Amino acid sequence: MTSVSTDATARTYEGSQELTPRKGAGAAELMREVGSVLRMSEAEVAATADDEPTEDQTMILNMGPQHPSTHGVLRLMLELEGETVLRTKPVIGYLHTGMEKTGETLTYLQGPTNVTRMDYASPLFNELVFSLATETLLGIDGDIPPRAQWIRMLLCELNRMSSHLLFLATNGLDLGAVSMMLFGWREREETLRLLEMITGLRMNHNFIRPGGVAADLPDGWRDGVLRVLDLCAPRLDEYDELLTGQPIYRARLQGVGVITADEAIALGATGPILRSTGLPWDLRKDMPYLFYDQVEFAAVVGSYGDAFDRYAIRLNEVRESMAIVRQILGALPAGDYRIQDRKVTPPPRARIDESMEALIHHFKIFTEGFKVPEGEVYCAVESPRGELGCYMVSDGSAVPYRMHIRGPSFVHVQALPHMLRGGLIADAVAVISSVDPIMGEVDR
Amino acid sequence: MSDTQATSGFGKESVADETGATTAQAETRFGVPATSSRGQLVLHPSRDQLVDLVRTLRDDEGYRVCIDLTAVDYLAYEAPRRLPPDVTPERFEVVVGLLSHDTHERLRLRVQVPADDATCPSLFDVHPGTEALEREVYDMYGIEFTDHPDLSRILMPEDWDGFPLRKDHPVGAIPVQFKGVQNAR
Amino acid sequence: MKRGLEGLDHNVFTAKIEDLVNWSRRRSFWGVTFGLACCALEMMAAGASHYDLGRFGMEVFRASPRQSDLMIVAGRLSQKMAPVLRQVYDQMMEPKWVLSMGVCASSGGMFNNYALVQGVDQIVPVDVYAPGCPPGPETLIHAINTIHEQIQNGELLRRREARGQGAGAGVVVEQRDGQPEPATAASAGGGR
Repeated sequence: MTSVSTDATARTYEGSQELTPRKGAGAAELMREVGSVLRMSEAEVAATADDEPTEDQTMILNMGPQHPSTHGVLRLMLELEGETVLRTKPVIGYLHTGMEKTGETLTYLQGPTNVTRMDYASPLFNELVFSLATETLLGIDGDIPPRAQWIRMLLCELNRMSSHLLFLATNGLDLGAVSMMLFGWREREETLRLLEMITGLRMNHNFIRPGGVAADLPDGWRDGVLRVLDLCAPRLDEYDELLTGQPIYRARLQGVGVITADEAIALGATGPILRSTGLPWDLRKDMPYLFYDQVEFAAVVGSYGDAFDRYAIRLNEVRESMAIVRQILGALPAGDYRIQDRKVTPPPRARIDESMEALIHHFKIFTEGFKVPEGEVYCAVESPRGELGCYMVSDGSAVPYRMHIRGPSFVHVQALPHMLRGGLIADAVAVISSVDPIMGEVDR
Repeated sequence: MSDTQATSGFGKESVADETGATTAQAETRFGVPATSSRGQLVLHPSRDQLVDLVRTLRDDEGYRVCIDLTAVDYLAYEAPRRLPPDVTPERFEVVVGLLSHDTHERLRLRVQVPADDATCPSLFDVHPGTEALEREVYDMYGIEFTDHPDLSRILMPEDWDGFPLRKDHPVGAIPVQFKGVQNAR
Repeated sequence: MKRGLEGLDHNVFTAKIEDLVNWSRRRSFWGVTFGLACCALEMMAAGASHYDLGRFGMEVFRASPRQSDLMIVAGRLSQKMAPVLRQVYDQMMEPKWVLSMGVCASSGGMFNNYALVQGVDQIVPVDVYAPGCPPGPETLIHAINTIHEQIQNGELLRRREARGQGAGAGVVVEQRDGQPEPATAASAGGGR
């Protein structure tokens, strides 16, 4: 782990040099600092473009924000020595949507529509964490009907599958295996089609809401799920053949983007990145929520902390998710799909035609919103990217006072410079892909 | 078959009568005022106590991960602030979330930051993973973190004026007038 | 030699240059990668094997704006990204077309706040707006087909002129997600 040098010296080509304080240092001095993170402002970097390159000066290359392999609008300023990446400065904010500010103006029932667009590859997780935080503030988190919780688990695991298939597709594409892109999307289409049948939308579902889920599972959902599971299982074996055993794929991913467990913990990494270092931390197993303590699955753990481990972890997590879904099919009870607490839940649609109270009740919930008692809470779930957390503060009104989503990709972008150091530019592409950032939750 | 109760895991039922006991224990153990919010333990260090407390928590108590760092602007808060008696409420609060892999527990720290002196010591030396999180808090709230290696805007353009998540910063919505849709089905 | 010039009728056709130019423009269409947010995933889905933009020759999205004709702005445009959008648009060579995909790109969408440009038509001239949040691949393909048709019959350029200097054509297509197939081939792809 690179430590911040508090004694303000650095080892350079000419021996130990005292570092000038940052404010006084010009671009040339800053570029002699040892470390992984390039800490220069964009104006300073632009100024170096006009300098005459000297012997010990490195080149700063800008990658993005519009670039085919930065997984969205991520901009990286790479400091290069030849083709070796020395330091990196990730520049984000190109997709900043002000969602946390918007979240303070939307009611708790409208909240999931907002947060679902943060991590848009796995939207149900955002909705889940928002709903769990709201329910904890409301105090109803122990009263959500079991069927609702199992449905939430089912949808989340299906979403994990589709997100990991997206990762496999883009990982293959970034490394040049273009056919993997088409294969991954083929499977993802099946999952999205199933989610469309259940929730009504292919993406950004707004289905998991405080109190339960928006609607019950439609007829024929079981066949749909079984069909997806039966389709995916042999195809994952195909991907193993196509990618895992393939020498070129291995050579490009093994040993690339290595991060140790201590570095990962210090940088706040979670999810597949942390598990690839050997630490078996999975919130579903270690701090279970919903009914994850009642299903059997393995937390997939790597050993080398490199990009190949992260790929293998995600591939096998698809298999584990499929196993969880099969268990959910057997365990799903009958019952309500949302809590019957009238303060939170709108009445059934049919009753609105019959009863005036039901109409008013529905109207009030959807226009004013329900009020949540004041307090603050932090809830977290294990999203495909890592720990997705929601810190919510309420002041007793119908809108959250403060809604902060702890996006795992935001924290992982910090870890990028440490993983890119010493590699080639081509490895940079592979490493960014293995971190699997979704810029919607980086920038929010 | 399934239990009737899911593991909620968040609003733990370390219920009302136990809450007093856990917060009292926490106060003696960590030396700062403590409260409990929906069953989650919250510590309230002052700005001066923050870095040492976090360092102690990391080295001695096993809270090795700083999982989240954010801030709240209580300017427009309409409910009474529930803080321990010896903590003066200020406009801003920096909220730090910690996680222990060994004991599977979370801990939250809330630090009061006054509006006229919106600074807070940086946790970068203790947890390097707070670098981007503190930059976001600076960008959104204007709270400066001393000893941070590179405190600059991270989400907004570098020359942006104002701190968007402050309560006195407007949402910026433009009034929209919907015209008749021609292709209406 | 007996057939002489008579056989040429079958092998030669005449047309206006304008039509030939439109014909070739409509069929050489590569997009520049400008996927920003959730709509980018649906754009990729449109390029994937199920919805298959490859049947129009468009499965390739060139990263370089110099080599592309169509910019599909897929996703929400933040204030920080706006200059980048304009720069990429300027680097594209004529003739170029812009498709604003999704409501965030068309009008700011559900995010009416400080952080987003409320509609990319404030930055670049837009030719077709595809509504949806996100528009499914079917809507996107319908929008692309609309551009194709209107390039072919010159409608797009006429609309551009009608809207004035530097403006795009501004065609709004309807959503086609989950709809049953259109009844006849004639009504399919008949843009507006």
